[in-house]
Amino acid sequence: MIEARFGKKLPGFELEINIALTQGILTVVGPSGAGKTTLLQCVAGLQKPSWGEIRIGGRLVFSSRKAKNVPARERRIGYLFQDYALFPHLTVEKNVLYGKPRGDDRRGKRLPLAEVLRMLGIEHLKNRYPGQISGGEKQRVALARALMTAPELLLLDEPLSALDPETRGALQRELRRLQIEWQIPFVLVTHDLQEAEFLGDQIIRIDRGRQEELGICRPAFQ
Amino acid sequence: MQFDYIPIILSLKVAVAAVALVVIGCLPIAALMAKYEFWGKGLVESALTLPLVLPPSVVGFMLLYLFGKNGWPGMFLQHFFHYQVVFTLSGAVIASAVVSFPLMYQSLKAALESVDPNLEKAARTLGAGELRIFFTVTLPLAWNGFIAGLVLAFARSLGEFGATLMIAGNIPGKTQTMPLAIFFDVYAGEGKQANILVLIMTVFSFLVIYALNLWRKKGRKREMG
Repeated sequence: MIEARFGKKLPGFELEINIALTQGILTVVGPSGAGKTTLLQCVAGLQKPSWGEIRIGGRLVFSSRKAKNVPARERRIGYLFQDYALFPHLTVEKNVLYGKPRGDDRRGKRLPLAEVLRMLGIEHLKNRYPGQISGGEKQRVALARALMTAPELLLLDEPLSALDPETRGALQRELRRLQIEWQIPFVLVTHDLQEAEFLGDQIIRIDRGRQEELGICRPAFQ
Repeated sequence: MQFDYIPIILSLKVAVAAVALVVIGCLPIAALMAKYEFWGKGLVESALTLPLVLPPSVVGFMLLYLFGKNGWPGMFLQHFFHYQVVFTLSGAVIASAVVSFPLMYQSLKAALESVDPNLEKAARTLGAGELRIFFTVTLPLAWNGFIAGLVLAFARSLGEFGATLMIAGNIPGKTQTMPLAIFFDVYAGEGKQANILVLIMTVFSFLVIYALNLWRKKGRKREMG
């Protein structure tokens, strides 16, 4: 679950966000420079909002009033970067294991490595380096790496923008499947309205910091 | 003539110890300077690179002042540890470390700055703390710059003359490193001993630069796949 109501001063305008999502996918559309990545980075703890409150899984992670700002590493979120941000000097296996919490795999949602690799169909890439795999494969590795941390929320920054239309379609379906399987809310940023409509249970548009509800596509997820 | 190999051993000792000091000092300083902005950063930056442009005799003079009887580091070491830096091999190590520091610093800082900040952000979202990120993501990706700095600092330490002479003096068998031995051998008309040392230093320095260039070339090929 994510509840966020905050503002962040940016050069030229102020980003104002008010979102709440318990389950499903919230897609955020808007042109370049509208503040979409800033929204994700504020939720992730990679940037600090100017004011407001953010709760993830019911836990207060940011509050300007209470002067609270939990660092990114303790927020239990998964973050998919637009350029995947895979560590180029580590193999796929080591990339995926980088954020694996220590402890027993059988507890909670923690999955063993083999299962995550199989779920995303990347077992055969285990020993390769990011420079040796395709864009679609990189995206799957990045997803596996984020899921290994057993996050309570997954943030995706234009995850499909660098892919060809075919891989893009396949990964869109895969994202929906993963969300249903994983049962954690996803917040996905895209500049493509069609993609937002296909993936989103709830869609918002932001333009120069202003938020506008575009509707709820699948009420079943509310 | 019997060849005196002691200066070679002393030079190697000094260079290894100086490079170790440079690495220990340089890692945290370059990491902080590459990642953080603060007031007066330009001044600190200039001070750190100063030994690169100052004449070695000036660096030697400053070190002599600092580690002498009236400088606070010298007084501190003398008072608490009864240790004197001036006219010892430690003085030669400090002189070499100070003079070679900027080479390591510039190379490492440039390499650290070139690491994609998104990779560090990704590591943060994966639950890693700043130290783990530095040693598992940032430093391995800046490895080329680190090694280049290391090699250059080693070569520079090995060839240090002016500052070493000022602070460590020229005591045969104790502080007389290769460059000092060459100078004083020639001065004393001992041409043969100097010839051999000159040959060793030239071949060694050439090999260092050649190996570094070769390694850089391979690195570029690796990056381009």
